[in-house]
Amino acid sequence: MTGPDLPPQGWSRLASGALARGGDIASSLLGILVTLFGLVLLTFVIGRTMPIDPVVAIIGDKAPPGVAERIREELGLDRSLIEQFWIYLMKLLQGDLGTSVMTGQAVTADILQFFPSTLELATSAMIVALLVGVPLGILAAARQDSIFDNIVRVISLLGYSVPVFVLALVCLLVFYAKLGIAPGTGSQGIVYQGMVPFTTGMIVLDAALDGQWDAFWDALAYLAMPAFLLAFITMSLIVRMTRAFMLEALNGEYVTAARAKGLSEARILWRHGLGNIAGRLVTVIAVIYAGLLEGTVLTETVFSRPGLGFYLTRSLLNADMNAVLGATLVIGVIYVCLNLLADLAQRLLDPRAR
Amino acid sequence: MADAHSTPAHTTVPRRDWLLSDAPASRRQAAWGKAYRMWLQFRANHLAMTGLVTVVLLIVVALAAPLLATHDPAVINLGNRLQPPSAENWLGTDDLGRDLYSRVLYGARVTLGMVVAVVLLVAPIGLVVGIVAGYAGGIIDRILMRVTDIFLAFPRLVLALAFVAALRPGVTSAVIAIALTAWPPLARLARSETLTVRRSDYISAVKLTGASPARIVVRHIAPVCIPSMIVRVSLDISGIILTAAGLGFLGMGAQPPMPEWGTMIATTSGFILDQWWVPTIPGVAILVASLAFNLLGDGLRDVLDPKQE
Repeated sequence: MTGPDLPPQGWSRLASGALARGGDIASSLLGILVTLFGLVLLTFVIGRTMPIDPVVAIIGDKAPPGVAERIREELGLDRSLIEQFWIYLMKLLQGDLGTSVMTGQAVTADILQFFPSTLELATSAMIVALLVGVPLGILAAARQDSIFDNIVRVISLLGYSVPVFVLALVCLLVFYAKLGIAPGTGSQGIVYQGMVPFTTGMIVLDAALDGQWDAFWDALAYLAMPAFLLAFITMSLIVRMTRAFMLEALNGEYVTAARAKGLSEARILWRHGLGNIAGRLVTVIAVIYAGLLEGTVLTETVFSRPGLGFYLTRSLLNADMNAVLGATLVIGVIYVCLNLLADLAQRLLDPRAR
Repeated sequence: MADAHSTPAHTTVPRRDWLLSDAPASRRQAAWGKAYRMWLQFRANHLAMTGLVTVVLLIVVALAAPLLATHDPAVINLGNRLQPPSAENWLGTDDLGRDLYSRVLYGARVTLGMVVAVVLLVAPIGLVVGIVAGYAGGIIDRILMRVTDIFLAFPRLVLALAFVAALRPGVTSAVIAIALTAWPPLARLARSETLTVRRSDYISAVKLTGASPARIVVRHIAPVCIPSMIVRVSLDISGIILTAAGLGFLGMGAQPPMPEWGTMIATTSGFILDQWWVPTIPGVAILVASLAFNLLGDGLRDVLDPKQE
């Protein structure tokens, strides 16, 4: 080791630590900004390389020749790419993602309308997955290689190998068609449609807020199957990561020390083990939660739930590029923000990460 | 015993002992011995072996599909549609009366073909980007990693959907789209492997002998990255299969009448309630393929790269 690599001592060390931390956060914020700019650039490039002429998509190919030119000018497609990107970026900063050809509404308005349903589905799936997955992972690690551990591992393996849309179809077949214990596709029974006012956009929550308990139970029943399905797949990832982290933690010397002190196995597991892995676990869970947005694309399509994924695929099939890119961009931004939050949470929970 | 020629001292020793020797007489013997020990370790893992056997079977099925199929997968027979499994149609027929068994076999070709194409595209890209970033460091590293971050900022299926929409749906677009979403994690991995060896003594020694950066990267750094790359790629294949099937299911991947598993489910999902086997059978095929690669990948990780999880 040479001189400059030695850690500074005393006050100077504290000060430089704080500086480094401040610098860290600043540089990671700057990094996020660059990433967000990259996201916008990427979606812009995707939008400009598409083979479908956006003008033809709007007016059809039978319009008189002058109309096409006028629309092209209105859309700014006659300008240079850099100018177009600048306009796109400026509009974006004002929350303008363009107009959806399909719905005739602003894409931003569409997304605000469709996103709450996805949030409702992803969040309820995540809650179930956490409540089941984390304890299962910890217990499996505590009894490594036992029958219990092996069963948990096989279930988890199945969970992240199965295509979600196939599982969704099979669940519809079994629980809706054969057993008749679950409602079919959609997010509400026909009787309750249009009855619940739009407050948060999450139907279950809105019904409860409005005191419409029949509608609440109805919407909850429709939510249950897709939510449990996504929860199963999410849980399998959480179990796998929790188990792996826990196995590593249980090999630590402090666990041996805790055992030597005569602490109960339960206290070692839940206090020392979980406490130790919490930071890393939060990061992983945030990434998995963001990844749920992907699972919802397929699940919402199978269950015809009016969420962002459903909006995305429907826009794709209609070649509604503004809507596709808007939804993609929003999902990307959510993804980046969740990662940032996870990073900050880990700094709070795990002193080693600072 | 082809090995015996170069090592006359061991001509009488059985091959197993030659491989497991504690004192290998040549580099070749040491390398083979290491590989053999890994194989023994891998073979003892029943789940990993199940995965390996299934993957090999899938490859055989894909290659020999024309021999194994009982029908032409494309022949439509509307008089014989949606039939349950029978002696004539082992897995029944789909909505256009095509033989499901034969279509599922040919589906293995499409899926494995897409997997091979994606891996051939992303493995070199990931390796090169990661090693260059890790070895060059500085501004090059920062730029490359920022680009990687941008691609990592989307869930895979969503980014692939956007790309396919721009390129127009089809197998080629699906492969390109999946490849575009699959290289960043590999680049990250290759970079971190490079960083761990970049400052090590053996690299300094190679530098002192006057080796060019290109030689150092190709001969001395890339080989270090390969084992963890193999593990990562094999674990990623299941994700590639699921994304390809998901794209097919959403109508953005392989297009009908191509017998791609996801597309087959998409075109027949409406029959799930009455002729449940029609969409379920390709679904089982996807599950088996994805499960097999996960088992294989887990087994390879235990052998090649125990520290990675």
